[in-house]
Amino acid sequence: MMNYRWICGAHRCKTLIIILLLLADQPIFVDAIWGITVLLKIEQLERVGLQSINLDVPSGACIAISGQSGAGKSLLLRAIADLDPNTGRVSLNGKDRNEFAPNDWRRDVCYVPAESGWWLDQVGGHFEYPEIAAGYLVRLGFADDAMSWRVDRLSTGERQRMALLRAMVQSPKVLLLDEPTSALDPEVTAKVESLLHEMIGGGVTVVLVTHDKAQAARMSSERYLIEKGALYLEDAA
Amino acid sequence: MADYIALSYWDIAIAASLLCINAGLSIYYKLGTAKRLVIAAVRMVVQLTLVGLVLKALFASVSPWLTLLVAVLMIGFAGREAISRQERTFVGFWGYGLGTTSMLLAAGTVTIFALGTQFHADPWYDPRYAIPILGMILGNTMTGVSLALDRLLSEADSGRMKIEARLALGHSFRAAMQVPIKNAMRAGLIPTVNGMAAAGLVSLPGMMTGQILAGVEPVQAVKYQLLVMFLIAGGTALGVFASTMLATHRLSDSRQRLRLDRLNAAKN
Repeated sequence: MMNYRWICGAHRCKTLIIILLLLADQPIFVDAIWGITVLLKIEQLERVGLQSINLDVPSGACIAISGQSGAGKSLLLRAIADLDPNTGRVSLNGKDRNEFAPNDWRRDVCYVPAESGWWLDQVGGHFEYPEIAAGYLVRLGFADDAMSWRVDRLSTGERQRMALLRAMVQSPKVLLLDEPTSALDPEVTAKVESLLHEMIGGGVTVVLVTHDKAQAARMSSERYLIEKGALYLEDAA
Repeated sequence: MADYIALSYWDIAIAASLLCINAGLSIYYKLGTAKRLVIAAVRMVVQLTLVGLVLKALFASVSPWLTLLVAVLMIGFAGREAISRQERTFVGFWGYGLGTTSMLLAAGTVTIFALGTQFHADPWYDPRYAIPILGMILGNTMTGVSLALDRLLSEADSGRMKIEARLALGHSFRAAMQVPIKNAMRAGLIPTVNGMAAAGLVSLPGMMTGQILAGVEPVQAVKYQLLVMFLIAGGTALGVFASTMLATHRLSDSRQRLRLDRLNAAKN
């Protein structure tokens, strides 16, 4: 009896808090109290080449986006990372993007392009924590001295994996991955996917742009299609 | 001091005949440089003659407003010249305004500094001092600024992937632009540094040579040359720094994006 009354009391209390939060225009906390944590929230995101995009990605989820070349997949990821001028509201755990310093935002919401840029001669110099990265080298199919390699020695596929690793070891909250395995053979792709699964399990949110339907099915809980700059939900697991 | 050999127009004509030999060689070997050489020579004669006349009138008047007007015109022309030497330029006002503002800042500051501390001209804006000093500093600053801007903008453009890779990893825009900024400053200062290093050994600087030919005692001429070299180096360094920093600022926005859309398409 006592127990039941206590639960009722707690429930009433929760309802009251939610009404107060709604009045204070803080719906994100309402979601949190109900147990739905929307991590990355995108509202009416617009830029050249994209129509108004609305998207919620829950914490620790992976969503996949596919679409033809030129449909706007990379444009969307670049806009979320705030690398190109865009309008609309993007927030992380309820905190608006504009409240972040630009570099803090990109650190938390990290974009990994299909073709990566390298500004030094040696691989290791590009890593903030080379010693942490070194621990993942073998898992990603590298020799364990790969940190001391020269960048121009890396193949396209090796660059792709290194760029992913470079972003991963900075512990972002969201990874925006643009065709991360396009240059890899199935065996290495499996290695990358297993590492990504581990990260997603650890709470990292992933927005994955991929051409590969099978990969989308293996990795993601929701699959979207982008066509002429507009985003459509294809199916959800 | 007035112990110099006055030149007649005939003397100058004889010197110009050297160019005619060059032009003749170019035509004979079909090098295609004759026309450009002649046009440049004619431009030089006309421009310098006009400048001589303008300076004569200006020196006679000693008017602050006329001096200011001439100074502004010189800086305006320098800005246009600097733009024409760049592969990529900013769209709109910034294309012209950026180099010109930097030159105005650098050459103006150094000229006023020199007039106030070394020359003690009376009045301080006396065009006989102000205009030649500004001209010398401006000419060199212009070269530095245009080289620096050209390097910065073309490296930002060609190095877009490198810069954006760093931005995407959460580096600040200044950090992401570190290499282009460094290279731009170096490119802008190379002519000045080379000029200082080679002075006296490889070449006798033009101003000093001119003074010696005009009858000034060599040690005095050297002092003047040193002063001018320091002013030039100071002005160029200031101009290169200001233009590189302003351009870096303009290449980005409040969200620290790389804004290559603010550049004009490359000239061919």
